[in-house]
Amino acid sequence: MKWTKKDLLGITGLSKEEILLVLDTAESFKDISRRDVKKVPTLRGKTIITLFYEPSTRTRTSFEIAAKRLSADTINIAASTSSYVKGETLKDTAKTLEAMKPDVTIIRHSMPGAPHMLAKIVESSVVNGGDGAHEHPTQALLDLYTMREKKGTLDGLKIAIIGDIIHSRVARSNILALRHFDTEIVCCGPPTMLPPHLEDLGVKSEYNLEKAVRGADVIMMLRIQKERGGVAYIPSIKEYSTMFGLTKEHVGKARKDAIVMHPGPMNRGVEIMDDVADGPFSVILDQVENGVAVRMAVLYLLLGRET
Amino acid sequence: MNILIKNGRVIDPKSGLDGILDVFIQGDRIEKIDRPLSREGRDVEVIDATGHIVAPGLIDVHTHLREPGYEWKETIRTGTMAAVRGGFTSIVCMANTNPVNDNKSVTDYIVTKVRSEGACRVFPCGAITKGLKGEELAEIGEMVEAGIRTISDDGKSVKNSGLLRKALEYAKLFNIPVISHCEDEDLSRGYVHEGRASLLSGLDAVPGIAEEIIVRRDMTLAAYVDAPIHLTHISTAGSVDAIRHAKKEYKKITCDTCPHYFSITDEATLDFDTNTKVNPPLRSRDDMEAITEGLRNNTIDMIATDHAPHEGTSKDVEFDIATFGISGLETAFALSLGLVHQGVLTLHELFRKLTVNPAKLLGLPYGEIKAGKIADLMVFNPEIEWTVDRNSFFSKGKNTPFHGWELKGKNLLTIADGKIAYRDPSFKG
Repeated sequence: MKWTKKDLLGITGLSKEEILLVLDTAESFKDISRRDVKKVPTLRGKTIITLFYEPSTRTRTSFEIAAKRLSADTINIAASTSSYVKGETLKDTAKTLEAMKPDVTIIRHSMPGAPHMLAKIVESSVVNGGDGAHEHPTQALLDLYTMREKKGTLDGLKIAIIGDIIHSRVARSNILALRHFDTEIVCCGPPTMLPPHLEDLGVKSEYNLEKAVRGADVIMMLRIQKERGGVAYIPSIKEYSTMFGLTKEHVGKARKDAIVMHPGPMNRGVEIMDDVADGPFSVILDQVENGVAVRMAVLYLLLGRET
Repeated sequence: MNILIKNGRVIDPKSGLDGILDVFIQGDRIEKIDRPLSREGRDVEVIDATGHIVAPGLIDVHTHLREPGYEWKETIRTGTMAAVRGGFTSIVCMANTNPVNDNKSVTDYIVTKVRSEGACRVFPCGAITKGLKGEELAEIGEMVEAGIRTISDDGKSVKNSGLLRKALEYAKLFNIPVISHCEDEDLSRGYVHEGRASLLSGLDAVPGIAEEIIVRRDMTLAAYVDAPIHLTHISTAGSVDAIRHAKKEYKKITCDTCPHYFSITDEATLDFDTNTKVNPPLRSRDDMEAITEGLRNNTIDMIATDHAPHEGTSKDVEFDIATFGISGLETAFALSLGLVHQGVLTLHELFRKLTVNPAKLLGLPYGEIKAGKIADLMVFNPEIEWTVDRNSFFSKGKNTPFHGWELKGKNLLTIADGKIAYRDPSFKG
């Protein structure tokens, strides 16, 4: 199996083999981050830009660390400091950056399809670092990596995804990736936060949190996407947290060895209680650690692609 | 200059005329239809239409010409050039210009501009409410005097049901129809159809019921005050169903759909091509099939383009912030002929939806080939295959999702008001 794609725009379009190639490649990179000297020369001389139109701490940092551990040069552009605030269009920004010959541009944007637009304009590789409510492919890949690492396999897993599904690019990318494996996926949240036609993706809907987590191997919590108007889908945060906030008791209904995941940032006391976030079943920080390895793998594969 | 069109298959959907005939045009009128006619006198341009079809010029009840106010998107000149290239000889232009066509002086401006620069006949549509704000009635009577044949707040619905009721009642004074854009704006905060495609793209979506709720409301209001209502750019299966049932009880309902609603589905939005962004949005396959069936069983009376030209820069941005609309005048006829090629409609049935029915809606004496009538007609060949090239559009709006499509059937010649308004470069007749 060889990687041939120029861009990683979404889980859409990836085959099961390509997903596994990323996970397997990440495996070999994970060790680098645990060494004293956390750097290999693999991508020396390559230039990687992160172009973030939405705020981000972990994703941007994770990409930057991934690039630096592979010896690439990184440049970070945040929308608040970019020409965006001066009225420049994405197209012109893309052309301007392209003229400086980057090898990879990682884009995060509040609007679905922005990375696809960028990829049509530039010849260098584009990675989707999250586009609106559409996709967040590297998050899904690091989530699958973490599930496989903790559970040994993805096949046979029951995964409960809880929260603001309709606005969640993390849920969408995870569902699309997990569909390639023999998994059972349940999405749970208030009906206003479950998008119509969800069943078309082979996903079950469930309004009751306790029922959703029963027998689950993986519980994936999502935050309410306030920046996408999520709050208007519920009467109040308080009411939401009493009905959809994950407690230790809920985790008790899941399988004994269940893991709890969260893509971050967490709203403690809303969708997840302290004792769950910090409990022994929580793999939230493993996700962060694995994110670096998975993003190293993605950058490595894109830049080493067979043409 | 007089014109003699020889040897074409002349079809007139109103009378049912269909045969190889010659058409002699003197001045702006059709003088004679017979076979064979010899050159009568000098100064006759003879057009050989052998192997082609001669039909009435098309009538479009829904376009946007953008003038005054948005001349970088389209002008009366470029929009009417696009119209005649597409086979249209009479078009209605919507009121959402800047300033809005909500008073006599704007109507006068458009009418005057059309007289000096228009390539075909244009009937401005007046606004229902001042500034399209949905708050108070525009001066409809004065606009009727200046030349409007219909009123519409196209671009949005009149949200206030009481005000729309008054508009429907008031329009009876002038015997003009209200054209209704059906959209519940509280349900339609989005950019694509709500369905499987939007689930995958994550784009904010508009459910079909946003249209259907207003379709039902507007038909109910019109029936209550016994006024004619025309529902424009119908796009969903639910709307077709509601209209079919309502028409059984109340006769003054008409509606149109656009070529994009029977030619392309929301799956086209999956690669985020902003040329697929249109309002109402491209719908599901089931909706497209229902629209096609609605055309076949005459629930849908006519086809309109909703020609909505935009400059490239307004489409060359992220999907969310791109403008809505498709530049439709130059592809509408060939896409509509697809219905004939698929066996959905006969040629006569299609032309009824493109000429007779829109003429009836607007009370226009056009849309027929008949001695004594104004010479508005087109010569076309339903079998010629061509590739849509948006860069060749006469319209300033190159925004089409059909760029690169292979279409079958081409307009070759348009005669508007007795004058040759368009001749396709490939037409040697």
